[in-house]
Amino acid sequence: MNLIVAGARKEYEDGLSVAELIVIENVETPMYVSVSVNDEFIKSGEFETTIMKENDNVEFLYFMGGGE
Amino acid sequence: MSDFRVRIRRSDYEAILNHARSSLPSESCGLLAGEDAETRGGVRVVEKVYPLSNVDKSSEHFTIDPKEQLAAVKDMRAIRLSPLGNFHSHPETPSRPSEEDIRLAHDPKASYMILSLAGEAPTLKSFHIESGAAYEEELEIV
Repeated sequence: MNLIVAGARKEYEDGLSVAELIVIENVETPMYVSVSVNDEFIKSGEFETTIMKENDNVEFLYFMGGGE
Repeated sequence: MSDFRVRIRRSDYEAILNHARSSLPSESCGLLAGEDAETRGGVRVVEKVYPLSNVDKSSEHFTIDPKEQLAAVKDMRAIRLSPLGNFHSHPETPSRPSEEDIRLAHDPKASYMILSLAGEAPTLKSFHIESGAAYEEELEIV
C-alpha cells in the first residue's frame, strides 16, 4: 500500500492503523501529536481503529500552545 | 544565552507585532519558517512568518489552530522552507517563557519567540527550550 506521509510517498503493509503508523514513523511524544488523513483530523481515541487506505495523505502535527 | 543565533527581517518582525496588536486582548500566535542554521553559516534565518489563529482566544493561553497549522506546513513544504518554530505574544507579561510555555515546548530544535506588549515598547525575544529549561537565543532584526 502506498501512503503519502508528511509529503513523502512510501510503501507500507496493507491494513495499517494510524496507531501503528505512528510507531513505524517513530513519531516523538505522540501524546502531543494530532494526525490528519486527507485533511481530516483523526480523534486520538480513533487512532487504533482508523485504517489507512491506498494513497491516503497523512500529516503529523505537534500541538503548539502555551500560556503566560 | 544559548549558542543559537536567529535572524528575522524587520518586515516579518512587524507582521508579528501587528498580529499581536490586532489580537488584543488575546494572545496571538503563529509559525516561523526558513532555513536552518546548518545551511546558513550557523544562523537560523526566518524567511516567512505565518500569523495564525489562537483557538483559545485567551489573554493568558494560546493554542495554534491545527487546521491553519496544517495549511502552513503544506505551504512551507511547497516553497521548500523548513519549520523553525513558533511565536506568541504576552500582552501583559515580560518576554520570557512561562512554566506552561516550557512544559508544552516539545521540540528542542525549535525557536520559540515571545513578543511582550507589557512595557512601553514591544520586546521580541527568542528561546530554545530543552529538558525543562529555556535559553535565550541571540536574535537579529535586520
